[in-house]
Amino acid sequence: MIVELSPGLILICGGLLAPLLPTRLRPWLMIVLPFVAFAHILALPHGEFGRVQVMGLSLITLRVDGLSLLFGYIFLIAAFLGGLYALHVRDTAQHSAALIYAGSALGAVFAGDLVTLFFFWEGIAAASVFLIWAARTEHAYRAGMRYIVMQIGSGVLLLTGILIHYWHTGSLNFGVIGLASPAGLLILVAFGIKCAFPLLHTWLPDSYPEATASGTVLLSSFTTKVAVYALARSYAGTDILVPIGAVMTAFPIFYAVIENDLRRVLAYSLNNQLGFMVVGIGIGTELALNGAAAHAFAHILYKGLLFMSMGAVLFRVGTVKGSELGGLYKSMPYTTGFCLVGAASISAFPLFSGFVTKSMVISAAMEGGYFWTWLVLLFASAGVFHHAGIKIPYFAFFAHDSRKRCKEAPAHMLVAMAIAAVLCIGIGSFPSLLYSVLPFNSTYDPYSLDHVVAQVQLLFLSALAFTLLVRSGIYPPELRSTNLDFDWFYRKPGRGLAVAIGRIADDAWRGLTAIGAWTAHRALGLIEQAHGPGGILARTWRTGAMAFWATMMLAAYLVLSYLRS
Amino acid sequence: MNAVLPHLPALQVVIPLLGALLAGFLRRGGVAFALALAVSWIMPFISGAMLWQTLLTGPISYHLGGWEPPWGIEYRVDVLNGFVLVLVSIVGAVIMPFARRSVAFEIEEGRQAWFYCMYLLCLTGLLGITVTGDVFNAFVFLEISSLSSYVLIALGPDRRALLSAFQYLIMGTIGATFYVIGVGLLYLLTGSLNMVDIAARLDSAWPEYSRAIVAALAFVTVGVSLKLALFPLHAWLPNGYAYAPSWATVFLSATATKVAIYLLIRFYFSIFGVAIDVDTLPISEIIIALSVAAMFIASLIAVFEENLKRMLAYSSVAQIGYITLGIGLANQPGLTGGLVHIVNHALMKAALFLAIGAIFYRARTVRLTELAGIGRKMPLTMAAFTIAGFGLIGAPGTSGFISKWYLAIGAIDKDWWVLVFLIMASSLIALVYVGRVLEVVWLRKPTPEVARASDPPPSMLLPVLALASATIYLGFDTEWTVGVAGNAVEALLGGLR
Repeated sequence: MIVELSPGLILICGGLLAPLLPTRLRPWLMIVLPFVAFAHILALPHGEFGRVQVMGLSLITLRVDGLSLLFGYIFLIAAFLGGLYALHVRDTAQHSAALIYAGSALGAVFAGDLVTLFFFWEGIAAASVFLIWAARTEHAYRAGMRYIVMQIGSGVLLLTGILIHYWHTGSLNFGVIGLASPAGLLILVAFGIKCAFPLLHTWLPDSYPEATASGTVLLSSFTTKVAVYALARSYAGTDILVPIGAVMTAFPIFYAVIENDLRRVLAYSLNNQLGFMVVGIGIGTELALNGAAAHAFAHILYKGLLFMSMGAVLFRVGTVKGSELGGLYKSMPYTTGFCLVGAASISAFPLFSGFVTKSMVISAAMEGGYFWTWLVLLFASAGVFHHAGIKIPYFAFFAHDSRKRCKEAPAHMLVAMAIAAVLCIGIGSFPSLLYSVLPFNSTYDPYSLDHVVAQVQLLFLSALAFTLLVRSGIYPPELRSTNLDFDWFYRKPGRGLAVAIGRIADDAWRGLTAIGAWTAHRALGLIEQAHGPGGILARTWRTGAMAFWATMMLAAYLVLSYLRS
Repeated sequence: MNAVLPHLPALQVVIPLLGALLAGFLRRGGVAFALALAVSWIMPFISGAMLWQTLLTGPISYHLGGWEPPWGIEYRVDVLNGFVLVLVSIVGAVIMPFARRSVAFEIEEGRQAWFYCMYLLCLTGLLGITVTGDVFNAFVFLEISSLSSYVLIALGPDRRALLSAFQYLIMGTIGATFYVIGVGLLYLLTGSLNMVDIAARLDSAWPEYSRAIVAALAFVTVGVSLKLALFPLHAWLPNGYAYAPSWATVFLSATATKVAIYLLIRFYFSIFGVAIDVDTLPISEIIIALSVAAMFIASLIAVFEENLKRMLAYSSVAQIGYITLGIGLANQPGLTGGLVHIVNHALMKAALFLAIGAIFYRARTVRLTELAGIGRKMPLTMAAFTIAGFGLIGAPGTSGFISKWYLAIGAIDKDWWVLVFLIMASSLIALVYVGRVLEVVWLRKPTPEVARASDPPPSMLLPVLALASATIYLGFDTEWTVGVAGNAVEALLGGLR
């Protein structure tokens, strides 16, 4: 007999009960419960379960198929690794929030109808913001506020879209929705906010770097990937996603190049990697969808690994500013090694996980005849190689010696990173393990001739472009010189084309955002003037004013009624 | 037992009235509390039995003193007011245990008995407005409940309570006057004060006296809108709630405005709606516009408010906007959503104000800046506050979500997509004012003010937890809210012309 309960509820219940447990036991919940939930989903056959009637709507709280299982597996692995990584944390709010957050993400991917999805969608938003606030800084508070407003805004659009969709079709099935109706557009924008589509992405690099060291690891795993899953469910093969995804892969690179906060660099590269998945979903062939799902799987591991290594640096050194770090490999050799594995994976080195998953999307783009998209993806791959593959480990662990000496990361962090690193290499070296659990029985074979050629082309082209740039001196020169001072890199931006483009893009963006910020500020000022303490609406009215309004209302009713009749 | 059952509608009013008289003779607060507790705990049985009976066999008509309506006063209970009676009496019963310590803490010993006396009078008035089928009798009960609530507010520990009570008195009196002018016009036109009778006679008066009928409707609407604090006639409410004794705020916020809303619904759908085609009048458009204004403006004020009681008071004005929005929509899902939100909002707002009362009891302050980190000191109280706060936002899994869902369906039914979006978007503002409190109370370091606070004793804690649990429970099981409200709405809309 199977228990027809969404596995997400196991973690959520744990999160709700966590405050009642003794402090010492609390961190272990996040380690034990993922195993319980894992055993639960392993026992589940494919199908739709957990039907409940709420408000006269029939909901399917548990739908099990290839796609939901794949995301279920990786979410539980990520939850376990995140829990292991956070074993040192003694903060009830964080433990509860982490469990509820992971549980909601899990519940969302097993949701069979849109109302259940919405329920968990809001759970994700509400729980995750506490991981940001838990950093307990003023910056984190404000970034968290902006984050939660965007997330709930996404929920608002989603619910509106669901209502309209339900009205038009009478169906709440969480399946293909498409863009045929206005509801489809609303839901796409809702998913798009969570998936950090271009111009809807600002919350991501804004808030993730402000969270706690362990919080960011979890944040990077769930929120956006739930959106990727939802897109794959409802918008597979929607053409507009291809250009959106292509832009997503390319534009964060410029920001990442000039960013100093290394966790923010990772946040930008997270956004860029999401682009590959969105392109895959937009192409919509079985290969592309498999690629998107597989890439999400691999991505959670290596991005988590990279965030874990930067989190370890933050934990030991207290900062992840590129300009203040360097030479840490002497103090943190293991962390350095794990970070390099993550960097190699995200850069799609052979034998590392990114290699076997990203190539599926890129081959799908080529096979589908998306030539320009294919080019952009190649460019983006090269860009990833630069800012995530080289910049992160380089500035943190090598570069000029910051003379910071610290202890190696704590043992539980190292174990978590080690497991993630092993998985990254394992997937890269034995891709059939991952391919066997993909949603479609695709015949994709990374060793067949055309795939190998495509991948070699990719590597060759990126290496060639990279070499050309370095040779011609256009590339920011921190690669040539190991004693480069970081400040110099920023003082003379004209020397690097990438940096220059980044600057221009950045300035333009800053100009736009400055205008936007000014307008918003002004609007907020006006709102506060009217609604804030002492404002005309908020202060205590005089009795005469109240009576005046009562009379006005009476007059309004009478006049309008008489005019009408 | 059979001798009592037919008299339940009268007992619903007579028992608290006698209790109030008795409490007026008492000097000791503890004894008066015991009396109030006993009365409050009897009430749900009476109202529950009546609602049960109306659901099974249809409306109950009780002739006071044996006089036939329309000459005598008729007490008439159908599903709609049975529903409201159950709400008011259950809220009173659940929050009553909280009163003992809270009132003893905030009000000096000599006045405690008066406080309970006024509470019982107010309860009498509210139940009376709801149970009666006579528009002038409703006015009398309206005055009873209003006068007693002015006193309840004026008993507040803060001196500003006096000014607030005075402003409420002026506005309440204007409202009651408008109401009675409207009732007077109706009496002139129809010669009757019985609701059913007026509805039947208004029809023939319409062609000749349409202007007078419209004027009557306008006077009643504005008068009752003052009582239910529909924006912009809400200005008496924030200070009244902020400076009243904590427990009085809980009771008034959960019941007083709700009963006024009931009265408005009664006039619209059972009197005017039956007799004339209200769609020809711009009433529903005005109500919808004001409701949306309330949802946004009052919520925005709450965002900037430092005093938590005042913040929640503004939030009440916003939430009342959702309820009146349902009245303005006037279709099956919309009005159901409005009615359901009467219950859902009453329960969650009672939980929130109770939590604030508990905070004041322990930390002696309700200013947000002084309450940093209190979540760690009063975890259960603040957990309840958090749950009810999510209810205000309308998060799925709480009762607030159910109400907003039906309101949104009601708006879709009319093809008003912008309104759907506004309903959803306004919850974003609720998120900001609730979220900002949650961040301060849970994540900041405890301040000296709260260092010695702890969860209150069970008599105060249990009501808070019970109401917060109801917020969750009613988010899943909607048989008693949506089911009964839908039943009531069917009857109301079915009677419309």
